[in-house]
Amino acid sequence: MRKSSIPLGAAFPVTVPVLFGYLAIGIPFGLMLVKAGYPWYLAPVMSILMYAGAGQYIAVGLFSAGVPIAGMLVTILMVNIRHIVYGLSLVDKFKTAGRWKPYLVFALTDETYALLTGVKVPANLDSGAFYGSIALLDHLYWIAGSVIGALAGQFIPFSFAGIDFALTALFAVLLIDQLSRTGDLLPAAIGLACAAIALVLAGPANMLITALAAALSVLVLVRGRAS
Amino acid sequence: MTTLTEALIAVPLMALVILATRAFPFVLFSHRDPPKAIRFVERFIPPMVMAVLVVYCLKDIRWTVMPSGIRELAALALVVALHLWKKNAMLSIFGGTAFYMLLRAVS
Repeated sequence: MRKSSIPLGAAFPVTVPVLFGYLAIGIPFGLMLVKAGYPWYLAPVMSILMYAGAGQYIAVGLFSAGVPIAGMLVTILMVNIRHIVYGLSLVDKFKTAGRWKPYLVFALTDETYALLTGVKVPANLDSGAFYGSIALLDHLYWIAGSVIGALAGQFIPFSFAGIDFALTALFAVLLIDQLSRTGDLLPAAIGLACAAIALVLAGPANMLITALAAALSVLVLVRGRAS
Repeated sequence: MTTLTEALIAVPLMALVILATRAFPFVLFSHRDPPKAIRFVERFIPPMVMAVLVVYCLKDIRWTVMPSGIRELAALALVVALHLWKKNAMLSIFGGTAFYMLLRAVS
């Protein structure tokens, strides 16, 4: 069998769960963006360049609140800092990825990370091209989902009230996954307490960056020595 | 609200920040082991940030006015229950969101 340079067919079955997942999370993102007052084409621009579920949802909130760009960048850094963790465990796996490596690093989302750490490369395929095809398909699903959502928001007069709860659910799910992996409740408890206090003291518009800064300080104080 | 022009400037910059978080370990630790400070980031920061973000999502609830966040907490409970039961992220997110939209529609 001839080796295809981009084995999308072999990668597709692996990515089916992400197809449904990215449509389910991408559509609400597109809807939220349009409901916040932005044109539909900002959705694919964000999905192509940023390609980060949590980051893009948070960006819509930052846009709506009119946060200055510096504040946006710091917040996005904190929200996406978990990606450093993903990379650490894939450094060896990507060493053989060849020319696909830059794209694989760029496109490393929660879901693609989960697929790449779990999947086995078929014997007749180059690992870089196989991983790259998985990452590329996931990226396309995400772009498609956000465009469908944005166009639906722009042209379908249906009430999508409450669709933004998908974001709350996404974060809750990521939190549960992390807690079940580490078995350590303290960092989450610190985050919870700092966020609640920041909400009361700083108000809804300024709570995110206040809470992140406070929780990071407390975390360094109580756990800085432990590591 | 951020203007469209500002948003179009901010998006590539945010994309660069996200790319930096993804590229960081590959650039720095391809040839040596990560220092202890990175282990700290790895172990403690992600769950802390996620807990903050869950509260952030609930920031606009007016607790003193009925229905006072009951719908959000009920839907959140369903997400947690579904996820502990089935361990399927998509099912938990989709189920919880559909339930929440239903609650919004009937109340």
